[in-house]
Amino acid sequence: MEKTYTVSVFTENSIGMMNRVTIIFTRRHLNIDSITASESEVKGVFRYTIVLRTTRDQVDKVVKQLEKVIDVLKAFVHEESEIVHQEIAMYKMRTESLTNGDVEKVIRKHHARILTVDPTFMVIEKTGHVEETQLLLENLQPYGVLEFVRSGRVAITKPMKELRSYLEEL
Amino acid sequence: MNSTKTTGAEAVMKSLVAEGVDTIFGYPGGAIMPIYDALYDYVSTVNHVLVRHEQGAIHAAQGYARTSKKTGVVFATSGPGATNLITGLADALIDSTPLVCITGQVASHLLGTDAFQETDVVGISMPITKWNCQVTKAEDIPAAIAKAFYIAQSGRPGPVLIDITKDAQFEEMDFQYEKCTHIRSYRGRPRINKAHLEEAASLINNAQKPFLLIGQGIMLSNAEKELVEFVEKSGIPVASTLLGLGAFPNEHPQYVGFLGMHGDYAPNIKTNECDVLIAIGMRFDDRVTGDVSRYATQAKVVHIDIDAAELNKIIPADVGVHADAKEALTLLLDLVQEKQHTAWLQEFKDAKIVEEETLAENAKELHSDELKMDEVIKMLSEVTNGEAVVVTDVGQHQMMTARYYQYNKTKSNVTSGGLGTMGFALPAAIGAKIGVPDKPVVAIIGDGGFQMTLQELGTILQSDVDLKIIILNNRFLGMVRQWQQMFFEKRYSFTNMVSPDFVALAKSYSIEATKVEARADLKESLLEMLNHKGAYLLEVMVAKEENVFPMIPTGASVSEVRLN
Repeated sequence: MEKTYTVSVFTENSIGMMNRVTIIFTRRHLNIDSITASESEVKGVFRYTIVLRTTRDQVDKVVKQLEKVIDVLKAFVHEESEIVHQEIAMYKMRTESLTNGDVEKVIRKHHARILTVDPTFMVIEKTGHVEETQLLLENLQPYGVLEFVRSGRVAITKPMKELRSYLEEL
Repeated sequence: MNSTKTTGAEAVMKSLVAEGVDTIFGYPGGAIMPIYDALYDYVSTVNHVLVRHEQGAIHAAQGYARTSKKTGVVFATSGPGATNLITGLADALIDSTPLVCITGQVASHLLGTDAFQETDVVGISMPITKWNCQVTKAEDIPAAIAKAFYIAQSGRPGPVLIDITKDAQFEEMDFQYEKCTHIRSYRGRPRINKAHLEEAASLINNAQKPFLLIGQGIMLSNAEKELVEFVEKSGIPVASTLLGLGAFPNEHPQYVGFLGMHGDYAPNIKTNECDVLIAIGMRFDDRVTGDVSRYATQAKVVHIDIDAAELNKIIPADVGVHADAKEALTLLLDLVQEKQHTAWLQEFKDAKIVEEETLAENAKELHSDELKMDEVIKMLSEVTNGEAVVVTDVGQHQMMTARYYQYNKTKSNVTSGGLGTMGFALPAAIGAKIGVPDKPVVAIIGDGGFQMTLQELGTILQSDVDLKIIILNNRFLGMVRQWQQMFFEKRYSFTNMVSPDFVALAKSYSIEATKVEARADLKESLLEMLNHKGAYLLEVMVAKEENVFPMIPTGASVSEVRLN
């Protein structure tokens, strides 16, 4: 059965790492829904967070093949219940759309915030799950959304040894 | 170690020498010229084999690695030189062959600019190397080479590629070399979990019909001796994968045959009758398993492999042991009870008789005056006493050789297994002979595959390689033709082969050659070839439409193996 899985991959910081990670998925014809990368709490160790829909069997095999990549330190797979995750979304609208009080109500209702206001446009920010940022988009669209962008998922796992303890084992 | 000022190109040579490299297969070109210039100072100590095409270089390095147990080293230039390595890299990765390939690259300021002979070889080769990297500074060369050798040789071996820009080859640096022994993110040798081995031993000790499958992992971990001890103590029948041939002597009474699509009848059907299936150093390739949903479902499966990603990849293991084969066998030897499985072993022998009788019937259907591939291989096996290094290409002749050559020596079988690369055998055999100059090396090649890399006859000529070549000429791409006959209503779409005069071709390279057509002349011709000093090509004309049986058709189960 297909489900959404979040894969966390910890790697050395070497050129081409993103490619080395993603080709493992490509080869199995798996489509990545989102991918983010940043340095982890350990200096020099990068953390990739990859979200995809597939079967447990496939994702388990992918994780083992990720761990075969020389510069991959460790890879984990998580079900939705095992992680706390978040995305960030930004919405650009005309400043004049604020003159109608309805947009203010939408922003309040969604606990979104205004990052910047320019004479012509403004940028609204909302963090949350995809469904939440998507709902805000749909609610703002009647008033004209000029641009919309959503980040990939970042996720912290609930039950996990600290990365440092894995690094010590290695 | 004392440091000395050297160029990056000299650092490449010094690093290779520090790794004990004495043989390199390669082809020069613009972007690797500084390295070739540095090589010029080493001609008395390092044997560089000039090939005729970079694909020839990498296949030769594979053959060299497979027979000599050393890492094969390849030099190629940027662009087309590098892309010509691609097939060999893919072949070496899937067949676990340790290689270090060094490619020249355009100067670093030209990277990404579509410069002359620039190609993103690191990007292209990423999925088909165990590791690769690009070096743009001379000072990084020794560490990159040290890491490359460590990665190529340790764990499950594989090919590594280092791409070195031309400016890094010219740049001066302080040379120091330190061997790589540890990489934080990589563990070559797994820590064995003894509890898993105890579970495996308990299954083995309680089995009525245990069956052992071995692969190349036995040879890669030098576990041949431990394997024989384990097999003799436990009394278990042994079958081999294509790449495992030679790891266990075929003449041993507990050896029951070759597995898979064109393997022997007994080990295929018994896979679905055993109660415990033990697989060591093999990866359940689809050519071994047939339909996986009907593969050994009745059996408890013990799978021992050094590559954790192979465990549960194809066949779920009841006990998966992540271990080096030698280490696992050494520990298992103490845990298993001494046993004999006489009646069970007899079942294999009975099935073998059924196979032999049916195949003899099949042979009657062909014109009896034409030579058959299998009789050529049987005769070769007899006259070499199963002790030659046999290199095969891909197709019917490969399966016939795997079936009928009596591999009694380890590291005596070189073939392209996982990738099935036609054109592999001629260059691989050149490398194999250079790897083990004191052993007789015989390349067995079809008329199709030979013509894919026949330019390497030039390498044999120039480097004076004492290689024996047998072309089994059936004037067809035989394996594809067999499938067309069986599954495509005999529509022989582009499988007939018109070939040149191979004897005249060989002679034009000063290689002695003969053609044999008559059965009566076969033995004499083989002996003449083997006794000849220097390279020799023997073209054997064989029946046009011989088929390889047994066969497990695609999608069928191992128990549905067909004898005709």
